[in-house]
Amino acid sequence: MSIQFNDETFRDDYSFHNSEWAIKRFPFPFHEDSYMYSMNAEQHQGGPDGSVYEKRFDVDEHYVSEMQDRAKVLADDPLRCQSLPHMTLAGWDLLELIMVSKSEDYPELFELHRDGNQWRWVNKPLGIDDTFTFLDESTLPYGPMEYITRQTQGDFALLDQREENLWMDAGMITTQADWSLDFDIGMNFFEWHAPVPKANEMGIFKRALKYLINIPQGSPGRRLNWTMTVNPLLDTSPENYHKWGVQKTTLTPENIGAKQHLRVELQTFYRLPRSNALAFPIRCYLCSFQDLMTMPKWGRRLHRVIRDLPDELATYKGFIDNRPMMLDYLSNFDDGLPTSPGIFPEPETEPPLKA
Amino acid sequence: MSKFEFPPSIGSRPIWGTLEPRTGASHLFIADAQGAEAIIDVATPELMKTGHIIFISLGADYADKLRALGPAQFYEGPSYDASLPRIKRVLSDAKMGLRVYLAGTESLMGQATNEATSAGVPPAAIQTEHRGSTARRMQCVHCKGFTEDVETDPFVCSHCGLNLFVRDHYSRRLAAYQGVCVDAEDPGNVPTPKGIYE
Repeated sequence: MSIQFNDETFRDDYSFHNSEWAIKRFPFPFHEDSYMYSMNAEQHQGGPDGSVYEKRFDVDEHYVSEMQDRAKVLADDPLRCQSLPHMTLAGWDLLELIMVSKSEDYPELFELHRDGNQWRWVNKPLGIDDTFTFLDESTLPYGPMEYITRQTQGDFALLDQREENLWMDAGMITTQADWSLDFDIGMNFFEWHAPVPKANEMGIFKRALKYLINIPQGSPGRRLNWTMTVNPLLDTSPENYHKWGVQKTTLTPENIGAKQHLRVELQTFYRLPRSNALAFPIRCYLCSFQDLMTMPKWGRRLHRVIRDLPDELATYKGFIDNRPMMLDYLSNFDDGLPTSPGIFPEPETEPPLKA
Repeated sequence: MSKFEFPPSIGSRPIWGTLEPRTGASHLFIADAQGAEAIIDVATPELMKTGHIIFISLGADYADKLRALGPAQFYEGPSYDASLPRIKRVLSDAKMGLRVYLAGTESLMGQATNEATSAGVPPAAIQTEHRGSTARRMQCVHCKGFTEDVETDPFVCSHCGLNLFVRDHYSRRLAAYQGVCVDAEDPGNVPTPKGIYE
């Protein structure tokens, strides 16, 4: 299908919206009626037709508007994109991976023409047609990581691998769940995850690191992570928290269905060929509660997950104060019927909400 | 003076050690205030033969005692910033076999570690020992300004004036803890400051 790109905003008047198509393919992150941390990774080798898993780098109706939002974030704060000097080669690796993947997966939107190191890249949705020399930074308007991630939805961290650890040594981070690249750049895997409660004691990070450092070329992985955001605000950065934090207090029983969004990260992991770095795309999907509730399975399940989530996690994810109001709303969509396993909404087979 | 036992914390927070004499071609000691006591404790005539002490007094009176150790070179400066050009110059001469001993505040140890490693000193050649003030060097995540000597939580950013919550999350690159607006969700509702380790 050809994609109709939305003209929408992720700030100020928040005109962001999901079509029925986007709701149905939303990566709902709970495969059962409860949630606890787990690595829960699987191979990233496609998925059901039309799902966010199908392509290597999913492009959806929000693409053009998200890239405009990213450009604004970077104009306001260039520190959101940084690369330590030894990461330039990894940036080229990432540029190649994305250009090859997108031109193969979306030939009607992207073209890559290669003649040795002379490359021509055509990005039709953004109106870009650039010719450059691969591995020659002087032929691009930005460094290679910044160039390609200004054209690709999702945040990107490039992780250097050394000393049996991963190091956050480069990134394009403008749609983050409240963490600062500028503060965390240069940290190792355990350092940048240090503020996450519970997971360390559970041994999650040791296992996760072991999995990640063993990812081979050609076998990318993926997992989902989630949090909550009031208003469809992409840039929930700590840098601007003193400006957006107060929005969390604007929820009312009347507006919560439209304002409260479930924020899901599709995290993927790719070994890069020249640098041996790990590319870590973190793609953010937003969906309002009221849109989620159009899928009976998700309504039942979200209520149960949020109700039973340990306080510590609700605090860490920043919605402990709003949880009672969320539950008042969500309980209207939970009739106690069982839910089918797995994340997909199954609208054809899942029973409608009992009156 | 007894050493402060830092409470257990999260994984990004550095763990400071205890200085021990090492064999090496030369020995560089950088200390501030009560950090001088750690140097006095570790000093041996052998270390002092090729020893260079850089002492940042912050008003503390240890210079005579340090001089009396008989280091090959001695310098006293009033503050870290004032001493930094000299520290950089000395580290620019760093050769294989240099041993670095850092003692005093977390701010001093964090910043001097960065200077040493960026001059090419291997991390294994650097030892640290905390002495004296437990105040923190904080970076405001909003304006990016650093505030030194933070003893209370919350505190006021010395650059942008926001009321900041003191996190344990620590960046070695910045040699600083992270400060985040404490009243973003309820402007004006700032808790009464109390000591970070109270």
